[in-house]
Amino acid sequence: MESHGTRANYIVGFVLAVVLTAIPFALVATQSLSRTQTVLVIAAAAVLQILVHLRFFLHMSFSRSPRENLLAVAFTAVLIFLMVGGSIWVMLDLHMRMAL
Amino acid sequence: MFGKLTIEALPLYSAIAAGGALVTVGGAALVVLIITWLRAWKYLWTEWLTSVDHKRIGVMYIVLALIMLLRGFVDAIMMRTQQAMALNSGGYLPPEHFDQIFSSHGTIMIFFMAMPFMTGLVNLAMPLQIGTRDVAFPFLNSLSLWLSAAGAGLVMVSLVIGKFSTAGWTGYPPYSGIEYNPGVGVDYWIWALLISGVGSTLSGINFVVTILKRRAPGMSLMRMTPFTWTALVTSVLMIFAFPALTVACGLLALDRLLGMHFFTNDHGGNMMNFVNLFWIWGHPEVYILILPAFGVFSEVVSTFARKRLFGYESLVYATAAIGLLSFTVWLHHFFTMGSSATVNAFFGIMTMVIAVPTGVKVFNWLLTMFRGRITFHPSMLFTIGFIVTFVIGGMTGVLLAMPPADFLLHNTTFLVAHFHNMIIPGVLFGYLAGYMYWFPKAFGFKINEPWGVRAFWFWIVGFYLAFMPLYVLGFMGMPRRMEQYNDPAWAPWLMAAAAGAFLILIGIACLAMQVVATFRDRRRDADVTGDPYDGRTLEWATASPPPAYNFAILPQIRDREPLLDMKERGVAWQKPARYEDIEMPKSSAAGVVMGAFAFVLGFAMVWHIWWLVGASALVMWLTMILRSSDDDQEYRLSAAEVARIEEARYRALGSRA
Repeated sequence: MESHGTRANYIVGFVLAVVLTAIPFALVATQSLSRTQTVLVIAAAAVLQILVHLRFFLHMSFSRSPRENLLAVAFTAVLIFLMVGGSIWVMLDLHMRMAL
Repeated sequence: MFGKLTIEALPLYSAIAAGGALVTVGGAALVVLIITWLRAWKYLWTEWLTSVDHKRIGVMYIVLALIMLLRGFVDAIMMRTQQAMALNSGGYLPPEHFDQIFSSHGTIMIFFMAMPFMTGLVNLAMPLQIGTRDVAFPFLNSLSLWLSAAGAGLVMVSLVIGKFSTAGWTGYPPYSGIEYNPGVGVDYWIWALLISGVGSTLSGINFVVTILKRRAPGMSLMRMTPFTWTALVTSVLMIFAFPALTVACGLLALDRLLGMHFFTNDHGGNMMNFVNLFWIWGHPEVYILILPAFGVFSEVVSTFARKRLFGYESLVYATAAIGLLSFTVWLHHFFTMGSSATVNAFFGIMTMVIAVPTGVKVFNWLLTMFRGRITFHPSMLFTIGFIVTFVIGGMTGVLLAMPPADFLLHNTTFLVAHFHNMIIPGVLFGYLAGYMYWFPKAFGFKINEPWGVRAFWFWIVGFYLAFMPLYVLGFMGMPRRMEQYNDPAWAPWLMAAAAGAFLILIGIACLAMQVVATFRDRRRDADVTGDPYDGRTLEWATASPPPAYNFAILPQIRDREPLLDMKERGVAWQKPARYEDIEMPKSSAAGVVMGAFAFVLGFAMVWHIWWLVGASALVMWLTMILRSSDDDQEYRLSAAEVARIEEARYRALGSRA
């Protein structure tokens, strides 16, 4: 049976998740950065949030996880690339043409 | 107290709408009365509704699908009749009602007919084919079923209380936004999709884990049946695609409820992103539905041609390739959005590429039949009908894959003809073939063949008559979803299409007769062997219906066709030396309870009854906590009990010989 992590592990994960949630809310509430900067920080916090969940709640790690789990992550990465990358490409292309 | 819900919500505004409501309520009341009359409530509750047995869940999914097929078909024939009558006149349906009907037809057929039918067949056959005692998470399976049923219930209740969406089954904003659609119809659509979508995602996870972790000893991936392979790829697609739908519908719900602007034209929203997200789910969904049907065809062809499947490896690789490529074509659903030529060309080419692995499969089936000794079981007829018809639909699809052609044909009945030409033979014929093929496994008696053959002929002739005219009408420039029109040249084609719909109606009546005849002759057609077709794969090695534990001793797999291999070695149906205790999951009411309250939650969200939203969410949450902290979820079937069940089966087998 794989280990399900220690209590300390979960608490670290939880604190990180809360911090990464609080930052975007604070930025929007205080409007301390420009619009573009805010959006970029929110996006970065979201990606970090995913990694925190994978590491602390789903117990993924490159050294300990079985190979099939890493394969599943790699496959997920390919699909996310297709779905997110494709969406950005499609919507950006449309945006540019609307701006013409 | 009741949010937006008032007495005005009852459909007393038109006789047809009131009639639909009466049929729905009357049908439900009739079922309740019959069950009460048979005093079957206790049996139904303990043996079926709370069951976590994959076979029973599979049967319940298929019952749900067949009921919804009936409802979706009523919608279809109403539309065909309206269009046949509506030259220079309003026909018999007001525009608003007609719009509700085409919206519910699509929603029901995809989400509440095809999805439950597919999930039901996978539940029924896949665990038996890989030699396991149940799916990996039996309770989750029950929860998925009841979430799907909750979604279906929301669509049905919209007939009686309030109205359904008029925004089509795709619900594009801004029309589906609060500004243009302030009623409850779109909310019914959103919550039905959100709730059943969660169920589908959970099913996908369940099936993937089952197939990867619970195969019988010796069953390597490349020894799995083609149906199990397609179930695996489909489940992976479900896990990855459904979240896109959930997000799209969730954001639309936020737009409608909280005044957000994800898909509005102002405040930085972009309605085309809804279309984008919807089809990121929508195109994989096509393959989610069609791949398991391909799996059924592969099993049926191999069994009834009495040959090993031709090109097993190529079929597996083609399935996997389709799975990946299905995520690279979604933009062909909205070529006319106004993307640049580069974007359109990319997605057009990818769409043509995905036709290649599909073509590979057609040759797999054809060459399996080649020089085979074919038995024309109704399942086989549906398979042959599929191959011929599907190729035509595939060719019109490749035509539509060219953006210049799509600009001319999009939003015409040509498109409607194309996707019905893929989905009726490709999905429905496949599921009907699978239903007739595995029926004896589920119930222990063979399904009536003459009525199955009649159903097939009415379905296929009706299909051609109903949809080939739509191709012609598309070329003549008729837009889809027209409530009335004034071009007399269209009328004869629409009348032919309506005649086709009535032939399909006879086909559906034949399916109903088949059920009646099958249960009437159940003693005569009993199958004590569990192997009515001289089968080749593992599901035919166990009894029909299989005992709760499926296999008393998990079989050792040495070949791609395990049962045929055992028969050839003369070890099929051998009595084991001894039996062992078996751990089985206990039935649980938690799935039904959570499903019921998911329905209440959806209903309360639609009508803005906030206290009820909170209350039902709380009940669902408490049920989940109680269920999770219950450590007594399994029971032990003693070796003596297993031996008693197995001895009875060997006696039955012996009496045959």
